[in-house]
Amino acid sequence: MRPLITWKYASPQHFYPLAGKLIPWFVALTLIFGAWGLWLGLLVAPTDAQQGEGYRIIFVHVAASWMSMFLYVVMAFWAGVGLGFNTRLSSMMASAIAPTGAMFAFLSLWTGALWGKPMWGTWWVWDARLTSELILFFLYLGFIALQAAIDDPRRADKAGAILALVGVINVPIIYFSVMWWNTLHQGASVSLTKAPSMARTMLLGMLLVALCFWMYSIVMTLLRVRAIMLERERHTEWVANLKEVRP
Amino acid sequence: MSAFSVFLAVVRRDLLVALRRKSEVLTSLFFFVIVVSLFPLGIGPEMDLLRKIAPGVLWVAALLATMLSLNRLFANDHADGSLEQMALAPVPLGLLVGGKIFAHWLVSGLPLVLIAPVLGIQFDLGSRALGVLMLSLLLGTPLLSLIGAIGAALTLGVRGGGVLVSLLTLPLYVPALIFGAGAVEADISGMGAAGHLSLLGGLLALAVFFAPWATTGALKIALE
Repeated sequence: MRPLITWKYASPQHFYPLAGKLIPWFVALTLIFGAWGLWLGLLVAPTDAQQGEGYRIIFVHVAASWMSMFLYVVMAFWAGVGLGFNTRLSSMMASAIAPTGAMFAFLSLWTGALWGKPMWGTWWVWDARLTSELILFFLYLGFIALQAAIDDPRRADKAGAILALVGVINVPIIYFSVMWWNTLHQGASVSLTKAPSMARTMLLGMLLVALCFWMYSIVMTLLRVRAIMLERERHTEWVANLKEVRP
Repeated sequence: MSAFSVFLAVVRRDLLVALRRKSEVLTSLFFFVIVVSLFPLGIGPEMDLLRKIAPGVLWVAALLATMLSLNRLFANDHADGSLEQMALAPVPLGLLVGGKIFAHWLVSGLPLVLIAPVLGIQFDLGSRALGVLMLSLLLGTPLLSLIGAIGAALTLGVRGGGVLVSLLTLPLYVPALIFGAGAVEADISGMGAAGHLSLLGGLLALAVFFAPWATTGALKIALE
C-alpha cells in the first residue's frame, strides 16, 4: 500500500524536476487570472461615483497588500518548519519567498502612494495600514539582509527562521499599535462576514488579480528555489547529472 | 545552586565587567544626551513646538542609544569564549541570558530613565509629564533590551553585525516607541496615560517570557 503522504519531494533531488514541471502551469494560470482580472478591473468595472477612474489602482494595490502579508506568514511557516524539523528544502523555500514578498510590500506602498495623491491629496499619510505595510517591508529587508550577511547557509537558514518567527508574532502587535496610534485609512471594504459594500464585478476583479499575484509568487518562488537548490547542492551527484548542468 | 542565585551571579558578573569598562557605558549615555540636545538646534527654539516633540525625540534617542549598546551584550563574551562556557554550564542557558539582559538594562537602560527628566526640562515638559516620561521609559527600556537581545544574538559574529542589528531590531521597536511616546503625549493632552502604560506593561510581560527563549535559540545557532 502506498503511504498517505509522500515525503519524497522533501528532498531537493526530487523536488528540482517537479518544480521544473510545475512552473509552466503556474505561468499559464498567472497569465489567465491576470488577463481576466485586469480586463474586469480596467474595462468592465463601472467608474466609481466618488473616486472617478483613479480608484482602479485598487485592483493592483489591494492584491499586492494581501500577498505581501500572506507571503510573510508563508515564509515564516516554511522557516519554522525548517528550524523545527531540520529540513533543508523548507528553509530554501523561505529564502526563495522573501524577495517576492518584499517586492509586493513595495508595490503595495507604491500603488498606495499613487492612489493617495488623487484621493487624499498627498502621496503619503502616516496612517495605520500604510505605516504597518512600511514596517512589514522593513521586516522583509531585515530577513534578506540577515541571510545575506551569514556565509554558512545552514546558520543563515536558522537565524533567518528565528527572525521570521519573531516577526510573525510582532506583525499583529505592530498593526494594532499603529492602528491605535492614528487612523485615516478607509475601513476594510472587503469582508468575509458581511455583505461586500462594493460592486460584485469589482470584488471579482480584485480576487482574480489576487489569484494572479498568488500564482506569480509560486512561479517566482519555484524559479528561485531551483536556483538555490543548484547553488547549495552543486557538489552533489544529482546536480552533476542534470542535463542542463552537464556540458 | 538555585535558579535565582545563578541569575544573580550572572548579573553581578556583567555589572562588574561594565564597571571595569566605564567609558563604554558612559558613551551610550552621552550619545543619548547629545542626540536629544541636537534636536532643538535643528528645529529651532520655539518652546511650543519643542514641548510637542519632546516625548518622541526622547524616545527615539532612547531607542538609538539602546541599539548602540547592544553589541556589548554578547560580542565580548563570544570573542573570549565565556559564552560557550555558559552554553555548556549545567544550568539553563535561558536563565543566564536573562541575567545578562537584566544587567544590560541596569547598565544602559536605567541611566536613560534617570537622566530623561533633566533632558525633558530642556524641552519645557511639566512635572507631571516628566513623571509619566520616566514611568514609560522605566517600562519601555527593559523591553528594548529584551527585543534587542534577540537581534544581538542573531548577528553575533556576523559580517557588518553592528549595522545589521539596527535593521533587524528597529522595526520591532515600533510598538514600544508608539506606546512609550504616546503615554507622555496622552498625558500632556489630558487623556491620561494609563492605557498606554498598561499596554507597554503587557508588551514587557510578553517579552520577558519570549525574548530570552528566542535569544537562547539564536545564541545556540551562533555557537554551533
